[in-house]
Amino acid sequence: MREDDENQKDPNDSPEGPGVSRREFLKISGISVAVPLVAGPRVIKAAGQEVRVYGPGKVPMEFTINGKNYKANLEPRITLLDALRDQFELTGAKRVCDRAECGACTVLLDNKPVYACAMLAIEAQHKAITTVESLMRDGKLHPIQQAFVDNDASQCGFCTPGFVVACKALLDKYPHPTPEDIRRGLSGNLCRCGTYAGIRKAIAQVAQKGA
Amino acid sequence: MPDYAWPDAQHRTLIGTRVSRVDSPAKVSGQAKYTYDVHRPGMLYGKVLRCPYAHAKIVSIDTSAAEKMPGVKAVHIVQGPGAAIHWAGDEVVAVAAVDEPTAEDAIRVIKVEYQQLPHLVSDAEPPKGGAQEEGPLSMDALDDMLDNEMPAGQMVSQIQQYGITEKPSEGRLNELKEDGASDAVLDALRTAAVHPEAASKLPSSYQKAAAQTVGDPEKAFAEAAVVSEGLYGIPLIAHCCLESHGSISEWTDQDHLFTHISTQNVSGIPGQMAEPLKIPATNVRVHQDHIGGGFGSKFSPDRWGIFTAEISKKAGGKPVRIMLERDAELEVAGARPSAYARVKVGAMKDGALVAWQSNSWGTGGPGGGGMPPIPYVFSIPNQRQEHIAIRNNIGPARAWRAPNHPQAAVLTMCALDDLAAKLNMDPVEFFGKNLNLTKQRENTYREELAIASELMDWKQKWHPREQIASGGMARGVGLSFHTWGGRGHASDCDLTIHPDGSVELKLCSQDLGTGTRTCILIVASETLGIPMDAIQLQIGDTTYPPSGGSGGSTTIGGVSSSTRRAAADARDALFTKVAPALNTQPDQLECVNGKLSVKGDSSRSLSWKEACSKLGAMPLTIRGKNPDRSKPPDLTNSGVGGVQMAEAEVDADTGVVKVKKMVAVQDCGLVIDLKTAESQCYGALIMGISYSLYEEKVMDPSTGRMLNADMGFYRLAGLSDIPELVVHMMTGKGYDERGVIGLGEPPVISPGAAISNAVANAIGVRVPFLPLTPDRVLAALEQKAGA
Repeated sequence: MREDDENQKDPNDSPEGPGVSRREFLKISGISVAVPLVAGPRVIKAAGQEVRVYGPGKVPMEFTINGKNYKANLEPRITLLDALRDQFELTGAKRVCDRAECGACTVLLDNKPVYACAMLAIEAQHKAITTVESLMRDGKLHPIQQAFVDNDASQCGFCTPGFVVACKALLDKYPHPTPEDIRRGLSGNLCRCGTYAGIRKAIAQVAQKGA
Repeated sequence: MPDYAWPDAQHRTLIGTRVSRVDSPAKVSGQAKYTYDVHRPGMLYGKVLRCPYAHAKIVSIDTSAAEKMPGVKAVHIVQGPGAAIHWAGDEVVAVAAVDEPTAEDAIRVIKVEYQQLPHLVSDAEPPKGGAQEEGPLSMDALDDMLDNEMPAGQMVSQIQQYGITEKPSEGRLNELKEDGASDAVLDALRTAAVHPEAASKLPSSYQKAAAQTVGDPEKAFAEAAVVSEGLYGIPLIAHCCLESHGSISEWTDQDHLFTHISTQNVSGIPGQMAEPLKIPATNVRVHQDHIGGGFGSKFSPDRWGIFTAEISKKAGGKPVRIMLERDAELEVAGARPSAYARVKVGAMKDGALVAWQSNSWGTGGPGGGGMPPIPYVFSIPNQRQEHIAIRNNIGPARAWRAPNHPQAAVLTMCALDDLAAKLNMDPVEFFGKNLNLTKQRENTYREELAIASELMDWKQKWHPREQIASGGMARGVGLSFHTWGGRGHASDCDLTIHPDGSVELKLCSQDLGTGTRTCILIVASETLGIPMDAIQLQIGDTTYPPSGGSGGSTTIGGVSSSTRRAAADARDALFTKVAPALNTQPDQLECVNGKLSVKGDSSRSLSWKEACSKLGAMPLTIRGKNPDRSKPPDLTNSGVGGVQMAEAEVDADTGVVKVKKMVAVQDCGLVIDLKTAESQCYGALIMGISYSLYEEKVMDPSTGRMLNADMGFYRLAGLSDIPELVVHMMTGKGYDERGVIGLGEPPVISPGAAISNAVANAIGVRVPFLPLTPDRVLAALEQKAGA
């Protein structure tokens, strides 16, 4: 959602839309109301606009993950990462720092890499969520995955899915990335075993052959 | 008897080549399941209430509100009123609930009253004369030893040597037993000398831990042509495994436990869980497919592994998952002990080392910790060492990849490098001159030093330490040496050939990301003569034959040796069954690429599948073992040497250090998989750059808590911090025939010293302590300017 311009409404944020932007949420959270444990939103006025309020109990949510529809009743405080892992058993994205510092939970939201640990599941509705599980097609690894295998770019492998997704996003945007593109594109992912040398070679392999 | 010896270079097809990691496809596709990913039916989620104080006594606990909360299935008091807490973040109460948010809510409504006690989290230099001689042990000291998981043998010898301050009652002994004291420790306490007069003395945080003298250091220093003195150190750092510690436990019936746990030691877990849970080890099944990092911190089930099983029992045996939160992972799940020293070294005019003196100190938490092996690698003829262990409230220390060696390398190699500078000698020449002091590794080091110098282009890059007049970018190079044991551990495996030709290999080992699975399959495939993908390998389950924990670089030697013996025996047993069909003797058969044939006559052959059909109805299962004296030769060995060089660039205006290039030259006997072996070295260099420039567990003296218990402020190196890395494995004659030796630890030892030496070469002054942060670099430059 665009947060740089308050008057610019995100199309997904229409009255029929799913959520409340973070900025609006901050305004609402100052309003004191008794909150019943019911599913479904209530509409209140905040900042001169009608906004829908969800929770704190479980509310029905719908997601599009890897092209498939998923439904679940979740508390609004559940992160996208926990929804993926605990509700839908898509455990490729890992929970490591749980506060947007390490990138092990990287997934794509409308083709942009995001930290799934730092986004509420309720915000991710009606967007195309892509996880590492979808990159393999018909039993064949995606070129960046194959390049990770060829260049031994994983050791324990816990950071690997996040890196694979971040590398895919990088290469989609910059098929022939400069060292500066790589630095910027992957600065949000960390590895403990020390696989960066292999990851750099993997990116070079794909950039050379083309994805 | 089959020839178990490793095939020589001409007869190897896979061993020593570059083979891609067999579990990479599972890891890159997100299919690899780690303990954190396990989702058991009906699983409950556990959360832990932790003590916010570094030193406290628990006065009272009220869990009533949590117990009434809907969705909460069990509340378990881990440490009750009266218990002493020795570090912030220690566990007090655990809760299991239907989901994580509910468990978190429940934790928030538990009320605990603490009595705060004075704490110490500093590991600064002990006050002069402030260190206590080792003396009679108080009950608190014994509690600390148990808390710090001191080995029973060490506790017994200390009790016998120093005595105790009070005679413990049987009730007190029972409490100690519940806290983990072994029967040997309890017996030692019953018979120990009691010195009540010592009880009135306040226990000191500073304990003299080691003092030794070799030769005549006074005389040697007096005769030395040059003497150099300096201060050096390496701080506490965390393991920061990306997969935090934790487990999922469930009771399959009243007295059988099934545990998924993130561990380096699958085979060793049941024995450690049995006693506290009061069930036989046979009743504990442990399973782990993949582990997201261990680095020495995951050998035991830990207190949290035990109470996860206990809270599962309270919840009717339902699976309960407790994985540590990131802050807890950094605060309580292990730290590498710090080490600091004032070092004095002396050499003759030609550079020959003659004397060493060190006054060192450091902390490993409540138990204090020991002295690193200094002087490291170089056995200087005259030495005196004194070490003071600081017992404080930083939390428990754990083995961190190559325990005590990175500390020893920094304290030694930096001091020797400063001496070389004072002698105005090129370090390559200076260290080369003293390689006779490395004894049995001398030739290895000499070869490695020459190769590393060439790969670094050392002659072009090294310069005498220079004055940096006014800022600017400065470059320098530095080097370090290291050693490690790495003999293979005990390992059993079962190899089964089925009459339909399928083959399975089972052993309760684990793959830490070092390539263990790949190496086992290389050995089995090479030995049997069938492709790697024709063998199903199963590891990580206690229903398989036991194999040692993965620590100390012992796994590769253990699993490759047991696999080699099993596969050689299985192959020969198959040859015995098949020989009559080919009208030959078993010793005339060979198997290559899945085809069994008579040696020298490929027309008389059978496919692997046809050959296996001769086994009859029953599969053939062979147990392979390491060690196994009845099946010589010894396939593993001990003792490696490595040389590393670093090139660093320092911005003298900002103090920012960048590593520009690193070279690692390493031996490890016979390399099984060159690709994953090189990855161990690349990874170690990267981890080394990380701990040299960025990592430190920062403790707040006023609150006693870790200030940077998250991954934003506990900084790991990122991809853009990593320069050109060159890895050279020593292979071929003189190395291969030594057998298989471990590689995980050695290459992570030298980076700290090599990088610190490169920075000293660049800016002409020693930055005493790692990490080499801008403030420390600028302080060193300022001191130099003022000197």
